[in-house]
Amino acid sequence: SCCVGDSTTLHSADIISTVEFNHSGELLATGDKGGRVVIFQQELESKNQPQCRGEYNVYSTFQSHEPEFDYLKSLEIEEKINKIRWLPQKNAAQFLLSTNDKTIKLWKISERDKRPEGYNLKEEDGRYRDPTTVTTLRVPVFQPMDLMVEASPRRVFANAHTYHINSISVNSDCETYLSADDLRINLWNLEITDRSFNIVDIKPVNMEELTEVITAAEFHPNQCNTFVYSSSKGTIRLCDMRASALCDQHSKLFEEPEDPSNRSFFSEIISSISDVKFSHSGRYMMTRDYLSVKIWDLNMESRPVETYQVHEYLRSKLCSLYENDCIFDKFECCWNGNDSVVMTGSYNNFFRMFDRGYRQDVTLEASRESSKPRSVLKPRKVCTGGKRKKDEISVDSLDFNKKILHTAWHPQDNIIAVATTNNLYIFQDKL
Amino acid sequence: MRKRGSRSIYMPVHRRRKGREKANMYSKGTKRKFSDGVDNKAVAASYSLQRQSLLDMSLLKLQLCHMLAEPNLCRSVLIANTVRQIQEEMAHDGSWQVVTEALGGSGHGPSDRLVDTEVLCQSLEQQDGGPRLYSVMGYDGCREEEVVTDKALCSVVVGDRSPALLLGTIGHCWDRGELRVEDGVSKDSGMGDEEGTRSGEGAKMATGQVFGTFEIKNGAPGSDPALEELFSDVDASYYDLDTMLTGMQSAPKMGPYDFLDSLASSHGSVSNSSCRADLNELDHIMEIIVGS
Repeated sequence: SCCVGDSTTLHSADIISTVEFNHSGELLATGDKGGRVVIFQQELESKNQPQCRGEYNVYSTFQSHEPEFDYLKSLEIEEKINKIRWLPQKNAAQFLLSTNDKTIKLWKISERDKRPEGYNLKEEDGRYRDPTTVTTLRVPVFQPMDLMVEASPRRVFANAHTYHINSISVNSDCETYLSADDLRINLWNLEITDRSFNIVDIKPVNMEELTEVITAAEFHPNQCNTFVYSSSKGTIRLCDMRASALCDQHSKLFEEPEDPSNRSFFSEIISSISDVKFSHSGRYMMTRDYLSVKIWDLNMESRPVETYQVHEYLRSKLCSLYENDCIFDKFECCWNGNDSVVMTGSYNNFFRMFDRGYRQDVTLEASRESSKPRSVLKPRKVCTGGKRKKDEISVDSLDFNKKILHTAWHPQDNIIAVATTNNLYIFQDKL
Repeated sequence: MRKRGSRSIYMPVHRRRKGREKANMYSKGTKRKFSDGVDNKAVAASYSLQRQSLLDMSLLKLQLCHMLAEPNLCRSVLIANTVRQIQEEMAHDGSWQVVTEALGGSGHGPSDRLVDTEVLCQSLEQQDGGPRLYSVMGYDGCREEEVVTDKALCSVVVGDRSPALLLGTIGHCWDRGELRVEDGVSKDSGMGDEEGTRSGEGAKMATGQVFGTFEIKNGAPGSDPALEELFSDVDASYYDLDTMLTGMQSAPKMGPYDFLDSLASSHGSVSNSSCRADLNELDHIMEIIVGS
C-alpha cells in the first residue's frame, strides 16, 4: 500500500524552489529562492534501530547563484534556483546541475577527509619557512582530518537563454543535457560551455502571435535521442533528435480532446501543463495540469491511459483562484521507484498519492502539528459538500497560501521529500 | 443610476448565500443545473456581468504584469489568451446592451463584481438555453463576421467604468450607432450629464458625442470634465499587449485591441461617405490611445 509515515525529518529554509534525490537516493538536494543549494545525506542505518532507515541530515550548503543585473535590459536576474538535476555518479565525487532563470551551473561536490602534512617549504599554518632553515628533505604525508564537503563550480553555461529557464534534463548518454525556457530548448555538452545547440524554437516571427509557451521538458530515461516538452495549451510533443537538427516538427503529439461539458474561460489555463516526468521504465510519462495528473502511454497520443483528479473541488472556484493568481501555480509530480505510485502536491499543505495498481489514492498533510517524529501520517479528507464529517476540512477552509509545489520520491525506497513554503519534510515508510 | 428606455433592464443576479444551491453545487460535482424558475435572461445578464468582470480583472493583471520589469511570460500569455477568448465571445454574441445596462444600473463596487463565480465557471453551453459552439476566431475572422444583425442597441455608459469596457463599447457602439441611424437611437444612458450620451442625430453626431473627450486634442471646447479625467488616467501602454508579451523586444506594436480598430476601419465599406471621415477619426483616436 502507499501509506507512509514513521519518521519525519523537518528542516527549515528559505522558500524552497526545487527538491531532487540523486540516483542512489543517498543524497537529497534542495534549491531555494536565495540561490542556495542545501544537500542532505542519509545517515547509514544505525545498529540500534535496524528497521529504521537513516535520517537525512545536512551534508553541504553552498551558494549556487547570485542575483545578477542585466545592464543591457536593465533587469535584475533572480538567483532563485528553478531546478536541480543530479548526474549519475562516475567517481567519488557527486555532480549536479543547478539553474536559475538564465544560467546553468555544474557543481562538483566532493569529500575531503585527509590532508597532506609535512611540507618541506611551508609550516603547518601555511607560512613559508625560512629557506636557510631547511636542512632535510621530507615527503608530505596524508593525515586524516574532519570530513569536509566541498562544492566547487566546474562549468557555467550562460548566455544561451533569452527567456526564463524552466527545465533542465540530463541525457541518458551522460554527456549532454537540455535546458528549456519559455520558447526555446537548447542542447548542451557537459564539457562545453561556450556553445549550445538550439533544438526547439517556438518563438513566432511576430511576438503578437504568441499564444503558447513551453512549460517543461525532459529527456527519455533510456533513449538518448528522445525528449518531450509540454506546453501551456496542454499538449506534449515528443521529439526525436535523429530526425533533424531542429526538432520543431514533433514525432508525436499528445493531446486529450477537450471535454465540451467542462468548457469555461479558464479551460486553457487549467490545461496548461506544469510538469512532465517520464516513468523510470520509459514506457509512460506523467503530466500535471492544474486539477489533475495524467499518465500517458508513449504509444498512444490520443488520450492519457489514466487520469487522477488532484483537487476537483477547485473546479467551481476557478474564478477566485484566477483572481488571487493561484490558478497559475505550477505543481510538480513524481513517480515512485517502481512506477506504481505517483505523487503530487496541493493546497493547505496537502499532497496526494495515487496508487496505479490498487486504484487507491490518499491525501496527506505536511505540517508541524500533524507530523511528529515517528508518528504515522493520518489521511486527510476535503469535504466537498453536504455535512462536514469530523476531521474533514471544507473547501472554504483551505489555506491557499500553503501550497506544496515540489515533491520528490527516493529512487528505490519509500522515502519522500515534500517541500512546503519554508520547510522540507521527509517521510519514510514504516517497515 | 437611472434606467430609461423602452427595454426592460435586467439586474445582475446577486450572489446566492449559503444554502440549498451551494450544497447542491458541491455535492453534485462541478456542473450546476439551473432550477426551473430562473429567468434565462436574468442569468444571461449575470453571465455577461461576470464576463465583463473577468475581462476587467484580466486586463488589470496584464497591466500589472507590464509594470514588472520582467513579466512571467507563461502567465502573460495565458491571461492574454483569456482576454482574447472573452473579447471574441463578446464580439460574437453581441451582448453589449445587457452588459452596459446592467453595469449602469447596478453601481457595484469593484469588490462586488465577482459574484456567483459558479455561473461564470460553468459550461458556456448552458448559456442562452442551448448549445453554443465556441468559435475561436482569429482577428481576421472577427472582422469579417462583425456584421451587426443584433437589433439590440448599445447605450454608452461612461463614467467610472474601467477603460476596458469603454474601449470595447466604443468599437461596438460605433457599429451599432452606424447601422441604427434610420431607426432612431435609444436614449438609454446611465449617468445623466456626466456621460457622453448618444443622440439620435446620426452616426456622425454619435461619434462626436461618444468621443467627446477626444475633442480636447482638437481644441474643441465643452469637453466633459469627467471623461477628460477618465482618459487622462489611461496609460497608452495599458492596452499594449504586445509590450507585455515581448517584454524585452523592441518596437511594441498594437496587440489584440487593434481588432477594435480594424472593426471600425473594416466597416468603411458598409458606411456612407459621411461616416468615412469619422472612421478615419476613430482610427486616429484609437492609435493615440493605444500608443502605437
